[in-house]
Amino acid sequence: MATNKPDENNPAEPGTDAAPEAGSSRRELLVKGGKVVAGIGVAALLGNLGNWALSYAADKEPIKIGILHSLSGTMAISEVSLRDTVMMAVEEINAKGGVMGRMIKPVVVDPASNWDLFAEKAKQLLLQDKVSVTFGCWTSVSRKSVLPVFEKNNGLLFYPVQYEGEECSRNVFYTGAAPNQQAVPAVDYLMSKEGGGFTKFYLLGTDYVYPRTTNKILRAMLLAKKVPADKIMEEYTPFHHQDYQTICGKLKKFAAGGGAAVISTINGDSNVPFYKEFANQGLRAEDAPIMAFSVAEDELRGMDTSALVGHLAAWNYYQSVDTPQNKQFVANFKAYCKKNNLPDGDKRVTDDPIEAAYFGVYIWKQAVEKAGTADVDKVRKAVYGSKFLAPGGEIMMDAANHHTYRPVLIGEILADGQFKVVSRSPGLVKPEPWSEFTNPDKGCDWVGHQGTYQK
Amino acid sequence: MTLSLCRLVTVLGMVGLVLCSWQSWTIAADGPPVSSPSVSSSLEQALNQVSSEDESVRNAAIRLLLEQGDATLVPRLEEIRANASRGIRQAIKPLMDLLKNRAKLASPDSDVRRSAATDLGSSGNPLAIPWLDAAKVNESNKWVRYTMEESSALIKLASDDPSIKAAAAEMLGELYSQNGVPALKELVAAGAVAEATEQQKAMAKAADAAIDRIETWGDWANAIETIFRGISLSSILLIMSLGLAIVFGLMGVINMAHGELMMVGAYATFVTQQCFMSWFSPDVFGWYFLVALPVAFLAAAGSGFLLEATVIRFLYGRPLETMLATWGVSLVLMQAARVYFGDLTAVIAPGPLRGGAQVMVGVYLPYNRIFIIALSIVCVLGIYFTLFKSNLGLRVRAVTQNRNMSACLGIPTRKVDSYTFAFGSGLAGIAGWALTMVGNVDPGLGQNYIVDAFMVVVTGGVGKLAGTIVASLGIGGLNKLIEPGFGAVYGKVLILVMVILFLQWRPSGLFAMKGRDAD
Amino acid sequence: MSEGTTDKNRGGGLGFWVVGGILLLVMPALNILPPEDSWFHLSDFSLNRFGKFLAFAILALGLDLIWGYTGILSLGQGVFFGLGAYCMGMHMMLTIGKESVYGSDLPDFMVWNQVKELPLFWKPFHSFPVALIGAILVPMTFALIFGFFAFRSRIKGVYFAIITQALALAAWLVFNRNDTNLGGTNGLTDFKQVIGYRLSEPGTQRVLYIITVLCLGASYFLCQWIIRSRAGRVLVAVRDSEKRVVFSGYTPPNYKLFVFVVSAGLAGLAGLLYAPQVGIITPAQIGVLPSLEMVIWVAVCRTVRSNGSKSAW
Repeated sequence: MATNKPDENNPAEPGTDAAPEAGSSRRELLVKGGKVVAGIGVAALLGNLGNWALSYAADKEPIKIGILHSLSGTMAISEVSLRDTVMMAVEEINAKGGVMGRMIKPVVVDPASNWDLFAEKAKQLLLQDKVSVTFGCWTSVSRKSVLPVFEKNNGLLFYPVQYEGEECSRNVFYTGAAPNQQAVPAVDYLMSKEGGGFTKFYLLGTDYVYPRTTNKILRAMLLAKKVPADKIMEEYTPFHHQDYQTICGKLKKFAAGGGAAVISTINGDSNVPFYKEFANQGLRAEDAPIMAFSVAEDELRGMDTSALVGHLAAWNYYQSVDTPQNKQFVANFKAYCKKNNLPDGDKRVTDDPIEAAYFGVYIWKQAVEKAGTADVDKVRKAVYGSKFLAPGGEIMMDAANHHTYRPVLIGEILADGQFKVVSRSPGLVKPEPWSEFTNPDKGCDWVGHQGTYQK
Repeated sequence: MTLSLCRLVTVLGMVGLVLCSWQSWTIAADGPPVSSPSVSSSLEQALNQVSSEDESVRNAAIRLLLEQGDATLVPRLEEIRANASRGIRQAIKPLMDLLKNRAKLASPDSDVRRSAATDLGSSGNPLAIPWLDAAKVNESNKWVRYTMEESSALIKLASDDPSIKAAAAEMLGELYSQNGVPALKELVAAGAVAEATEQQKAMAKAADAAIDRIETWGDWANAIETIFRGISLSSILLIMSLGLAIVFGLMGVINMAHGELMMVGAYATFVTQQCFMSWFSPDVFGWYFLVALPVAFLAAAGSGFLLEATVIRFLYGRPLETMLATWGVSLVLMQAARVYFGDLTAVIAPGPLRGGAQVMVGVYLPYNRIFIIALSIVCVLGIYFTLFKSNLGLRVRAVTQNRNMSACLGIPTRKVDSYTFAFGSGLAGIAGWALTMVGNVDPGLGQNYIVDAFMVVVTGGVGKLAGTIVASLGIGGLNKLIEPGFGAVYGKVLILVMVILFLQWRPSGLFAMKGRDAD
Repeated sequence: MSEGTTDKNRGGGLGFWVVGGILLLVMPALNILPPEDSWFHLSDFSLNRFGKFLAFAILALGLDLIWGYTGILSLGQGVFFGLGAYCMGMHMMLTIGKESVYGSDLPDFMVWNQVKELPLFWKPFHSFPVALIGAILVPMTFALIFGFFAFRSRIKGVYFAIITQALALAAWLVFNRNDTNLGGTNGLTDFKQVIGYRLSEPGTQRVLYIITVLCLGASYFLCQWIIRSRAGRVLVAVRDSEKRVVFSGYTPPNYKLFVFVVSAGLAGLAGLLYAPQVGIITPAQIGVLPSLEMVIWVAVCRTVRSNGSKSAW
């Protein structure tokens, strides 16, 4: 791993050009805007076209999908972008003739950042609109609140955000990172010689499930790696906390003598006051870098990044990832936002959840085509093990645990709100919803077992 | 005089650097050096050996480079590093950092010098000691000098020579260096074990004394910082509550949209910044913040004026309904901001308000907070003069004390209401302007502090400037006093309980209105 | 606030019985009888939603009682509502048992917060009657303590509104904390059953709906009765001029406290009915905004003077 050289990024994606199956060549076609690719790809495509023509009439009724993202309220800042992304993917697919000749018809609802309303809107999507699949949720709270609804009514949810793990639902596909694909490697990196060899860790987060669970895993991991308990601090602030004076004071004391890093799971609008106060109290990224799990390009857009430069983040994708399909994806997204007069137009940026939301739609499309139906049970089986050439490189759905194989990238925040990749996992990392540090005996498997099982 | 001399030295140094780098570049380009001086050739050899797979050869080369090389080697090393394997890259990295930091010690920017000194200290490499000591002599900035001394002592503390070690421990104690505490504690621990030698015990004693000294100082520094934080929070609360209190005193109305008027002020600042960005040259960009002050005031005052004329006027005498109506307005304003500006927008702090001032060892006061404290004082003075020295103020006070009587005396109470409301709203705009310095500009800006501001007004009492000041100092100060112990949430809850209990004792606030109209 | 401040129609009047009849009989009948594709069919989903609104209507009645009749604006009703809902929610959490995601006897959120043993204050809620009584008594007790201090020191008008708003904020902050063992931001969710009946069954939801309607009716009569009583007249007098009431030899604080506690109880009852029907209760229902929203419904109803707070949705 570990290089600043951009050209080393490419070989790190296994199977990008090897063995392109029908799915990925169709995708390529899409990306290149209809340019014909020679060889097997075309044949496969034609074959598929023929299939569609034979088995489905062109006037088939559309497939309905649900989009369950907050368009108002506090979470709108992050979730609106995901709505836009899913809509863009749908538009792309429809422009290419839809799924099996059927158009996709999105049903957009607005749960307004209200967790109770999430459950109600999920019910509405599943029972009233009878959608085949739903793309939605951002916060863990919202996912937890719709989970019972999806399980009770056997719906299908694609959840695009990195989360705390410890979940294994038959009705959810997690396209974001599990803890072992983000938090754990990030701390590993900080402890490594290359990452700075840090020995003291301040776990600071907003008080809700994701930070609490992530920090639980991290604490177990640090203790397992012989970091003494008095070198680990843990602290939580409420949502929208603004005054970080006292915490930065504590932090300064903690960081004295060097070797301290901050692991931040601070969410949303608290970040700016925190980073500002951190810098203003004379703390530097060199002495105590902040490794953030909830700060991505979309949040940095329009922020005053001067106080954030040099700090770190861990994700599975950055807008700066250098692949041809990513360049195209970023350009498409900007163009889409501009065309539809969305706020900020072509100044919009892509980030990890946006990518995850995007390829989620395509994974579902591939599965529907493979299964030949939009039926939830059959689609679910078709998703297992499927691959897709996502903007950041090829990703793969796990064969049984409903999560996604993704690469892990540590990035350094630059002044323009983008990230410079400073470390990259050698290949794709296998997702482990149950962390080896907190639940070594548990596994998640929907093929060989019934979900969560004892190893 | 000394300053200009310093500058001269720096400039000369820079010229030297450029020349050197040019020279080394030519060497590299010309292939094997034939006629270059012997120092260069040995360096050249070391540069070649630095990527050697043999660890002892490599270490010797690194050592040589450290002793004789300077920052001009960095580009070469960078080149070597780019082609080297992982292990070598890791070995070269600290070497490069040391060389870079050494060069930075001569930087004209004091922040850069200081952070270079810190980095050299944490590198722990004894070679850096002479660099630091040499740089210290010419250093003009007190705090940079302090950091250099501290870093040098930190490195010396790891030395094998007990006398140097003891001196370093004492030095750290003298410097009140928090950074030294972990290392000193290790020494204490080493002296505490049974098999410790006499020397170690003596060392532990010295370290213990140093720690004592540092911690005592640390407690003081902490106390001072806590007080400062309390004052800082108080000043924010004060700026927010001033407008609220005036309107409340005059009309008996709590304006629930006050927070959103603050938001208007903050967005006005943001818009001003955007205008400067797109219309004016970058040279004058720094001035946007000053220009934004009247803009924010006028935007918020204008909104307040409209609010009064369209909503509050019709709910006269029904304070509860007014509260709810203004709350409705606040929702509308928030949603409008969300739709128009999107969710995250930020104001870039103007240069002078970034960072902080170190006033003593361990006490660091952020400029933005000092600025807000100063601003709150200015606001209080401004309001004082407006209320007590101007014609409008006289009328406002008259209406506040007895509306009917004032009306009989020919004071146009409706107009006074209207102007005062606009003025109070303008103050909210100023608060929003100031808050862009500590947080981001988002639609929820007003909601974050607003309940606290209400508490200040209620605790302070109706229409009393002094009450508002004392209440905000009390609430802000207590909050920061409690927070380290109880955490942010319980601290806040405790404050609320205290306010409720306080109102038991003084139902109409600290400075209640006295007289016939007091109910 | 049906039938308004004017006590013209005794016993509720025709409108009340018509609305009551429709809510109690016609709506469930429309849900059960017509076939699913019929135009008249009322889906389970809609009935459930009506149930939720009617639960809020109970709260609105209580709010109207203190604001409309007594002139006390409480912005903390959401707290009492939340307390009721949490009491009920805690009971339902405990009945999930091993069905939960983690398969532990403890509620899920305790597992991920590393709580090993059930906290003491959760234990009584194993019993259904305790939860029922608690859902009403806990908010009432809380209101009693808070109201006692507030009214005794003659905090009123805008002051009272601000203080209750601060109360709502404080409660919201505390409920949001994960270390209070109340589920943090996620609140309580994933309820499976109530006294053995599966919540996922439409039948259970229908019964819950009917219970809600009956409770609403009962609350309505309770409010009517209070308004008609001597105490009710004093309350109206307090609203119109507290000073005169004092001069007439009454002690307004006691009356105010009484009505404040009653309204808190009604809010608790609303919460009690809300939790099983919606299936989740989170601090989002407790904070400043929902409390204010509740007041707004009542304000709208008072202005419209239509068919009472039942039209609150």
